[in-house]
Amino acid sequence: MDYEALRFIWWLLIGVLLIGFVVTDGFDMGVAALLKVLGKSNDERRVMINAIAPHWDGNQVWLITAGGALFAAWPTVYAASFSGFYIALMLTLFALFLRPIGFEYRAKIDSEAWRNRWDWALTAGSAIPALIFGVAFGNLLQGVPFYFDDILRLHYTGSFWALLNPFALLAGVLSLLMILNHGATYLQLKTEAELKARSENLSAVLALVCAAIFVLAGVWLFLAVDGYSVTSLIDTNGANRTTDKTVLISAGAWFSNYAKWPLLWLVPALGVAGFVVCALASKTQRHITAFISSSLAIAMVVLTAGVSMFPFVMPSSSTPAHSLTMWDATASESTLMIMFVVACIFVPLILAYTAWSYFVMRGRLNEQHIRDNSHSLY
Amino acid sequence: MDIVDLSRLQFAFTAMIHFLFVPLTLGLAFLLAIMESVYVMTGKTIYRDMTKFWGKLFGINFALGVTTGIAMEFQFGTNWSYYSHYVGDIFGAPLAIEALMAFFLESTLVGLFFFGWDRLSKEKHLAVTWLMALATNLSALWILVANGWMQHPIGSVFNIDTMRMELTSFSEVIFNPVAQVKFVHTVSAGYVTGAVFVLAISSWYLLKGRDLPFARRSFAIASAFGLASALSVIVLGDESGYELGDVQKVKLAAVEAEWHTHPAPAAFTVFGIPNEQTQTTDYALKIPAVLGLIATRSVTEEVAGLSELKEKHLERIIRGQEAYVLMTQYRAGDKSPATINRFNEVSANLGYGMLLTAYTDDVANATAEHIAQAVEDSIPKVWPLFWSFRIMVACGVLMLVLFAAAFWHSAKRTVDKPRWLLKFALFSLPLPWIASEAGWFVAEYGRQPWAIGEILPTHLAVSQLSVSDIWFSLGAIAVLYTIFVIIEMWLMTKYARLGPSALHTGKYDLESPANVKEA
Repeated sequence: MDYEALRFIWWLLIGVLLIGFVVTDGFDMGVAALLKVLGKSNDERRVMINAIAPHWDGNQVWLITAGGALFAAWPTVYAASFSGFYIALMLTLFALFLRPIGFEYRAKIDSEAWRNRWDWALTAGSAIPALIFGVAFGNLLQGVPFYFDDILRLHYTGSFWALLNPFALLAGVLSLLMILNHGATYLQLKTEAELKARSENLSAVLALVCAAIFVLAGVWLFLAVDGYSVTSLIDTNGANRTTDKTVLISAGAWFSNYAKWPLLWLVPALGVAGFVVCALASKTQRHITAFISSSLAIAMVVLTAGVSMFPFVMPSSSTPAHSLTMWDATASESTLMIMFVVACIFVPLILAYTAWSYFVMRGRLNEQHIRDNSHSLY
Repeated sequence: MDIVDLSRLQFAFTAMIHFLFVPLTLGLAFLLAIMESVYVMTGKTIYRDMTKFWGKLFGINFALGVTTGIAMEFQFGTNWSYYSHYVGDIFGAPLAIEALMAFFLESTLVGLFFFGWDRLSKEKHLAVTWLMALATNLSALWILVANGWMQHPIGSVFNIDTMRMELTSFSEVIFNPVAQVKFVHTVSAGYVTGAVFVLAISSWYLLKGRDLPFARRSFAIASAFGLASALSVIVLGDESGYELGDVQKVKLAAVEAEWHTHPAPAAFTVFGIPNEQTQTTDYALKIPAVLGLIATRSVTEEVAGLSELKEKHLERIIRGQEAYVLMTQYRAGDKSPATINRFNEVSANLGYGMLLTAYTDDVANATAEHIAQAVEDSIPKVWPLFWSFRIMVACGVLMLVLFAAAFWHSAKRTVDKPRWLLKFALFSLPLPWIASEAGWFVAEYGRQPWAIGEILPTHLAVSQLSVSDIWFSLGAIAVLYTIFVIIEMWLMTKYARLGPSALHTGKYDLESPANVKEA
């Protein structure tokens, strides 16, 4: 296997890890962000929390792994994106801080005020990261201002407030809503009676809203967001020459991959279809279909962003030649190879024991179960 | 304060707070596995209750370990972006493998540990607990492989085209002796922490005369596990790694306030007041030959002193200056064989040349003062290292005595332990944390001025952020972590006071009708 193939595989693997994160951690974030919306009583909220209690921690490791894999496989991207989006990343971290302690501590003290505070903490801790990740992707699609100096030190010249532009905010809203919808489809699987009915009703509407925003964002991207294309030859088999290429910014460039390979239109199309099927399935109480189609839809939304930008991963709006692509911002060949072997061994294992843990904890939860096990559950 | 100081402060604060929770997780996980094994083998439910109760405290601690751990994984990118770019090719791999191999397993199984009691057979649940404990240790292994590489960076080479370090031998990185020594030392310290925790709280129940059968059994398990662990921390102490690489040599010399190289074997300074001005240690109390024996495992090898190490650094900085200049020429387009050949000859000193960038932007024309300053700063301050090392060792010795006494009284099967021992155990509760924090301070402050030993100076490793950005993040993290730690300690105290009655089994002291009010 040569360097070029490994670079492409790692583009796919980073995609797999990101999708693993939004599909798994996405539903527990959605459930936690809906605590105050769908849970009308403490017992109902405890049903919601305990539906995800055994799994949220494992799910969140997809995010940690994506961070670690980015560090190992695309060190320059990891360095540039995390330090460039500094304040946004910090706000995400502060929000994420609230989740582990929120889940663990909420039921430790029998007080309405105590629980109420943790409910808000869990809501914020789950909604804010979803929003910010969407905003970040919205900005990547537009390019962000940064350049490298002569020893390849990164200088980011934008500000936090500039990230909050209309297109990025729309991407943020899409990200938040699809996570909420995903949480609601999970609750359809894990709850009973009124809570389940409320989740079905929410998904039936929310999934359609997601489809509409996704299409709207696509049209906006086509009409008003300039894309990037590499106009020099990149040596996809050679050492990274991150700053030695020429890059053109032009209208419609983000759609050039679809023109070249029309089959790629399937990716956004499946995204829209997934949301629509999810809405219909929720309305007709086909819960497994609703959850799977929601998973498919959000996976396709992430993939759409990746496919549109390919081979770019972090374009520079101020110095386009310094844009980071998946060909010239990677780790060395031997590191990519080692990490590929490690991923081949451990990703299937992870999927296996994760599946087993869901199997062990299978079945619906109700309020009676919560009351019967009040002291051992969250 | 500039961005370097602020970034260092933020990293130090987040890492030190994170490490309040890590060692207890490492130690308690194994204690839980041991307790549950006894339950499965004997069928006595009191051992299941022990697993569940200490597991509750484990959970309260684990939550903050996860919370503060998230910041650690992302902080290299946010605050140390040049570091991430420069060494990510090597350093990123163990972090990613840690997540894939260990943290996934640990986090998935911790859910089953807490919520799988009624859904798994006894044996399966026990397997879950053991695997969870193993995974926490695997986690530590990979993190310490990464950290060990910062101290002693082997298995890699500088690539001038990509302007970073690249991996040449992954097995060297994994089997880095510094990393291996650190791993054993750190996880053993974690086991000691878990053991002191259980021992101290059990002693409190014994002192209060509460839940005696529960407390006695916990005491016995903790004292045996603790004695073995404390011996392993001390015997397999970090010192054996101190002769590898310059950074470790500097650290050893600073820790021992070895201002000058003395004839072998070196004496060990038990106590003294390091004096930076005169480069001597006032009121020093020395034991002949002991340091040489510990550090070099021989009576004939010298332990390098700081002044001799600085002389070496001077030479390397001068050669590093040349390497830096050649590197700049090459990157500006001068790719002549002469430049490349000469660069390859001196490139091992590039990191030393980079030290000069702290004092001047024009490395080629650095003055003698700049160079002298760089040499002076090429070793860390002595007194903080000297003292924190001695604090760590003192705590370690105290804990060893505690466990020896506790184990002796457990082994004798005396039903009532002497009160002095119980009080000693109770008041020892903070010791493992003090020792761990002091030990990490020695390891990381002792690494200065390097982020990666001899490769990348700390001041270059930071992200080019604004001072106000870092003040914002540091301030917010300080406030949030303080609140979290207060809540955690409060819950921990509340549940520790409640004891096994927190399980609501109806069997424990605070649940008897006479005591219900008190609970």
